[in-house]
Amino acid sequence: MIKTDILIIGAGPTGLFTVFEAGLLKLKCHLIDALPQAGGQCSEIYPKKPIYDIPGFPEILAGDLTNNLLEQCKQFKPGFTLGERAEKITKGKNGIFTVVTNKGTKHQAPVVAIAGGLGSFEPRKPILENISFYEEKGVEYIIKDPEIYRDKKVVIAGGGDSALDWSIFLANINAKVILVHRRNEFRGALDSVEKVRELKNKDKIKIITPGQVTELRGKNKLESIIITKDKIDTEYKIDHFIPLFGLSPKLGPISNWGLEIEKNAIKVDTFDYQTNIKGIFAIGDVNTYPGKLKLILCGFHEATLMCQSAYKIINPGKKNIFRYTTVSGIDGFDGTRKEAKKAVVQTIND
Amino acid sequence: MSDVNLVIIDRDGDKHQVLAPTDMAMNLMEIIKSYELAPEGTIGICGGMAMCASCHCYITSNHILSDMQEEEEAMLSESFNVKENSRLSCQISITKELEGLVFELAPE
Repeated sequence: MIKTDILIIGAGPTGLFTVFEAGLLKLKCHLIDALPQAGGQCSEIYPKKPIYDIPGFPEILAGDLTNNLLEQCKQFKPGFTLGERAEKITKGKNGIFTVVTNKGTKHQAPVVAIAGGLGSFEPRKPILENISFYEEKGVEYIIKDPEIYRDKKVVIAGGGDSALDWSIFLANINAKVILVHRRNEFRGALDSVEKVRELKNKDKIKIITPGQVTELRGKNKLESIIITKDKIDTEYKIDHFIPLFGLSPKLGPISNWGLEIEKNAIKVDTFDYQTNIKGIFAIGDVNTYPGKLKLILCGFHEATLMCQSAYKIINPGKKNIFRYTTVSGIDGFDGTRKEAKKAVVQTIND
Repeated sequence: MSDVNLVIIDRDGDKHQVLAPTDMAMNLMEIIKSYELAPEGTIGICGGMAMCASCHCYITSNHILSDMQEEEEAMLSESFNVKENSRLSCQISITKELEGLVFELAPE
């Protein structure tokens, strides 16, 4: 059982900044995210794209913003449950929430902050008859444990970075990789394309373009697939098929938590971004209120105000005063302290 | 006034005649969003960078549109339900040449 003060669902920019603001109030945070890494959309969809409206940063790459936020909050030692989706929530008589993930990991906290963006990212599944039958029986949309592909025959479909990167990785652990893509050009980092080309020349990867997986075959598990190229079907005996066509966000289980939902977003009170359930807040792109704008900078503001109310729920009646970090400095939970240098007072004339 | 008339067929097959401004640097995806013709969170997820295909549509009138850029072509090549007349609506800017354009949202 993981216990914390504020359980944050979603490790995107808003969730990460919540850790910092909560830390200033000496509240500890733990984050759950369906993706295997922190950063949300910024790291999953557009890490190499610039953002121009983060105050104080005329231009910053989304991936760099994520790294900076991780750096900024690390002194408050956040916990992470990554690669798991928050599934169920219950409230105990003591007011403590228990959140269980799809993998059964249990978390407890008196305050839950949903910073889930547009929802948890689910893989986009190709339209193939029987594909759901073969899921976990040879068809995987997300690579969790690369070791299971060692020495196996694997077909990867897709034309983006993840298709290229995993083809390289799996070829290097001796998987027999066939990479199928609908067009001849790949949309990925130049050096990844170059590496795949090298592996192809060494016969470590077979590339079929423009080609498409059109049929899956096998009795109880996936045994072979049909790849169509130039209207000709060829059957390949394989162990695994990994379609990598990106991810799309779904609000998912959160929509069944009894929260008031409007236009696929959670309704909140703009006083402190609390939902209709006391103790559950919704901040960032996942919430809605009159005048809402889905901007990272608005998420930062919402996180900051939310932490003030979280403090009052967690420490009822306990006095606290709002302070500037420049004045008070920052005491990390890791024992570090940051503070402004004291001015040196000296006389010039003797 | 520098508006054009567009016909948008939503994912339920309903037709909507809408007015779209040509002087606000908007694209077709943004028009769909501004008229709320697709549920929030199901369109324009990446914000309009040709990186998610949630705004995939079919152009059904005979308008000549701007050519596809590399990014759009690449994204469509990884999308589903792609047809000859498929485009990403976020990549089509609203100009006066679009007067009378008819397009249909692809399935989610």
